[in-house]
Amino acid sequence: MKAAVNCHPLQGGQLTWLLAGLLLALAPLFAHLPPWVSLAVGALGAWRYLLMRRRLALPPLWLRLPLALGGMAGVLASHAGSLGRDASVALLVLMLGMKLLEADRRRDAILLVHAGWFLGFTTFLFSQSLLLGLYILLPTAVLAAALLDISHPGGTLGGMARLRLGCRMLLQAVPLMLVLFLLFPRLPGPLWGVPRDALEAMTGLSEDMSPGSISQLGISDEVAFRAEFSGTAPPAHQRYWRGPVFWHFDGYAWRPGTQARNLPQASLPEGSARTDYAVTLEPHNRRWLFLLDLPAELPQGAVLHPGQQVLAAQPVRSRLRYDAASHLDYRLEATLAPLARELALQLPAGSNPRTRTLGREWADSGAAPAALVERALHMFREQKFVYTLSPPRLGNHGVDQFLFDTRRGFCEHYAGSFVFLMRAAGVPARVVTGYQGGMVNPIGGYLIVRQSDAHAWAEVWLPERGWVRVDPTAAVAPQRIEAGIASALPAGEALPGLAGESFPLLRQLHLGLDALNNGWNQWVLGYNQQRQRELLSWLYGSGIGLREVAQTMVAAVTLLLLGFMLAALRGGRRAGHRLDRAFRRFEAKLGQRGLRREPWEGALDYAARAASALPQRADIIRAIATDYAAQRYGRAYTSQRCRRLIHHIRKFRP
Amino acid sequence: MLTSSLHRFLTGRPRAGREKLLRPARTSAGGTAVLGPRQVYILPTRAGLLHAVLLACMLIGSINYSLNLGYALTFLLAGLGLVAMLHAWRNLTGLQLQAACPAPVFAGQHSQFRITLGNPRRDARHAVTVMAQGAAPVLADIAATGQTTLDISLPARQRGWLPLPRCTAAGEFPLGLFRAWAHAELPARCLVYPSPAAPGTPWPQAAYTDGSGRHGSGDDGDFSGLREHREGDSPRRVDWKASARSESLLAKQFEGSAGGTIWLDWKMTPGRDGEARIAQLTRWVLDAQAAGMRFGLRLPGRDIAPDAGPAHLHACLQALALQGLPPS
Repeated sequence: MKAAVNCHPLQGGQLTWLLAGLLLALAPLFAHLPPWVSLAVGALGAWRYLLMRRRLALPPLWLRLPLALGGMAGVLASHAGSLGRDASVALLVLMLGMKLLEADRRRDAILLVHAGWFLGFTTFLFSQSLLLGLYILLPTAVLAAALLDISHPGGTLGGMARLRLGCRMLLQAVPLMLVLFLLFPRLPGPLWGVPRDALEAMTGLSEDMSPGSISQLGISDEVAFRAEFSGTAPPAHQRYWRGPVFWHFDGYAWRPGTQARNLPQASLPEGSARTDYAVTLEPHNRRWLFLLDLPAELPQGAVLHPGQQVLAAQPVRSRLRYDAASHLDYRLEATLAPLARELALQLPAGSNPRTRTLGREWADSGAAPAALVERALHMFREQKFVYTLSPPRLGNHGVDQFLFDTRRGFCEHYAGSFVFLMRAAGVPARVVTGYQGGMVNPIGGYLIVRQSDAHAWAEVWLPERGWVRVDPTAAVAPQRIEAGIASALPAGEALPGLAGESFPLLRQLHLGLDALNNGWNQWVLGYNQQRQRELLSWLYGSGIGLREVAQTMVAAVTLLLLGFMLAALRGGRRAGHRLDRAFRRFEAKLGQRGLRREPWEGALDYAARAASALPQRADIIRAIATDYAAQRYGRAYTSQRCRRLIHHIRKFRP
Repeated sequence: MLTSSLHRFLTGRPRAGREKLLRPARTSAGGTAVLGPRQVYILPTRAGLLHAVLLACMLIGSINYSLNLGYALTFLLAGLGLVAMLHAWRNLTGLQLQAACPAPVFAGQHSQFRITLGNPRRDARHAVTVMAQGAAPVLADIAATGQTTLDISLPARQRGWLPLPRCTAAGEFPLGLFRAWAHAELPARCLVYPSPAAPGTPWPQAAYTDGSGRHGSGDDGDFSGLREHREGDSPRRVDWKASARSESLLAKQFEGSAGGTIWLDWKMTPGRDGEARIAQLTRWVLDAQAAGMRFGLRLPGRDIAPDAGPAHLHACLQALALQGLPPS
């Protein structure tokens, strides 16, 4: 019998709901699909709709099969044969379109509804923003209404009533969702490899530094990370977030250097005035964790590498929150290991001869290293160096050209050439990249660090003092350090959207949105195993395992379901109770005039007696009793009418 | 596959072990069965299993890609499934079923049991199917505080009482992911008259009480008195004068009117066995009624005095239907 029901042909209305739901679920994916796939699935949907409207037969198998195979081949071809995230989603979308062409039975439609829900899920592979999360509720509700329609053909329930019922059921599902979201035992992913293309969109510092690599980030206002300080945030000129450290220069690019891993184990520096903070790092698919110069306490699971770089155990592929502490005043490596000295003085043979000559001259002058540093900074300050996002292209001897000819550059030019010059003058030096500055969001009180805050600076090793941070950019454009990139760039250069200050109102709005986003990231997207255990620790204390979490979940879900069942059993009767309560109030009001209702007296008889006793109120008494009887015993009940009766009874004065 | 075999097990023919597990709804003295909350059972349908597979896929994806919104959507749909389950359960809980005893039918025909579904709740119930063993399911929506009647057609295979078998009220509303059902034993039964034998065998001459053997017609018998008018009596027999004096219509009664009086006797009926005799007697009773005769029925252990009219016909057919059956 059931099989027969499943084979019921689909009706037009059912298909309309289904197509609407699928279209809504597909809409956010269109931006991520190859255009021809979006067009194809749109055309297939439109085709199916027309066939339904014209009551035509569905295309035969000999037409559908080549179409499906062709589509599959097309997807594989447009993704170079690899079946990663993008190709899988494109394939799913195409197959769904093909399924539409043969969907004429109830069971096909049920399958399509579920496929639509799954499409909503795949959308989150591309983005998990608050807006998208809210949007997906729409196709979910329409698909639920479609399923209602499909499962209940030809009933007395109208189209809008179905949508309302679908929405009501989704609303009722929300408490269950919240409980499961909080209490379903979270496992740290991934279970298996994540396709490479699922990670490709992540931006961040790269593994080397060449002219232009950081200025590219300079125009991106994507958030790199957000930081909350347990005290007040340190001043801008102390907010150097340490990232990759580069030792090796090959004449064009700075790299970590293969020998750097043979350096002696780094140790945490001595220092005073610890600063505690928590960082929420956006995924960037590298292992670097960004900590303030210099890390004093490492996040859980992180390791310290030579050059005081802090690395996570795995590439950061999902938003990561970590606690850390730093010393802003520190002394690092008062003695320099021989290998470190060698690496910190390395220069490629034959490159940039003019700078080398200058360096040798400075070295021969016999000045102390600290004085040489000052001399270099003085040079940047006094000569006409310009800080710009769009420096001219440089040739083979880039440092020479920059220092002596173009004198226009971004932070990587300043840091790179400074380190080159120092090494040529015999002062051990290295390049450090990371982020500098960030904007404090007064709404929420945290620091936003964007990709445009990416920065490169230098460290020189001075006898007695150890490694000292020197920022040559600060010599050229002090505002860059104090007030951010926007104020440091010359007028007329392309400003990153959010770093710009031209529209205070817009900026305020953006900050508010960012605070909202941050809350979303912290509390919704950042909810993980660790947070789950923190949440449950007030219930169990410490030592929470999978079992405790699972127990709590089962208990909570059971309680919720029991509550629902009780409400469901009472729900139908409550209307009657409401009416009865109101009518008892009516009786009590009449009782004040000595008109008590006898136990055997029907509502209408009672009203007739009361009406003859109070002739001036007879009409309203009769009307109330008649309406009550019609709703209570007849079929006249609606919640609106019930409310109106209650209102009349409340206003009634005998 | 799994659910269908489970459904077969749970809803199929009664088995001793299952009886305890699946209690039917209680039936009140008035014959109304109310589906109590604990008598409504729920199992996922094939679509429900598909839903579960979808949830599993989404959950695994969420874990693998650390998608918290994926988790949220998964759990929202899981919640939707659970809510749908409760709605399916609520759609049946509290439903009142009442069955009326249908008019008698002859064996081989279908008896129509009219079942009234009462909804005391203030919101409508949808797509409730009611089926009895051997009957096609019937689908109905029931308005808020309303009633719906539906007819269950059961083949009447043999004479005697045909009780309404255990009824199952079921529904997959709202999402078709779960099927809820409940059993009800409704105290309705249908009398099944024996199937009459093929016409053609004349009744024995000895059946005529006057022994004349004539098949005459007309009101030419001797007036024997007045009796209350019965349905089926010819208007010509109404004694209008006497009726005017009385409260009710009176019909003249004639000895041997309308072709006389016959006794249809079990002993004088040809037939291989009891059933064949019953079939033959049924045929004769119908023939005698059609011919407008007064007839009596003589069965082993029971005599029905000669009379005419529908009530008499029913009494005779009932006696034939129940002949030789244990009293129930």
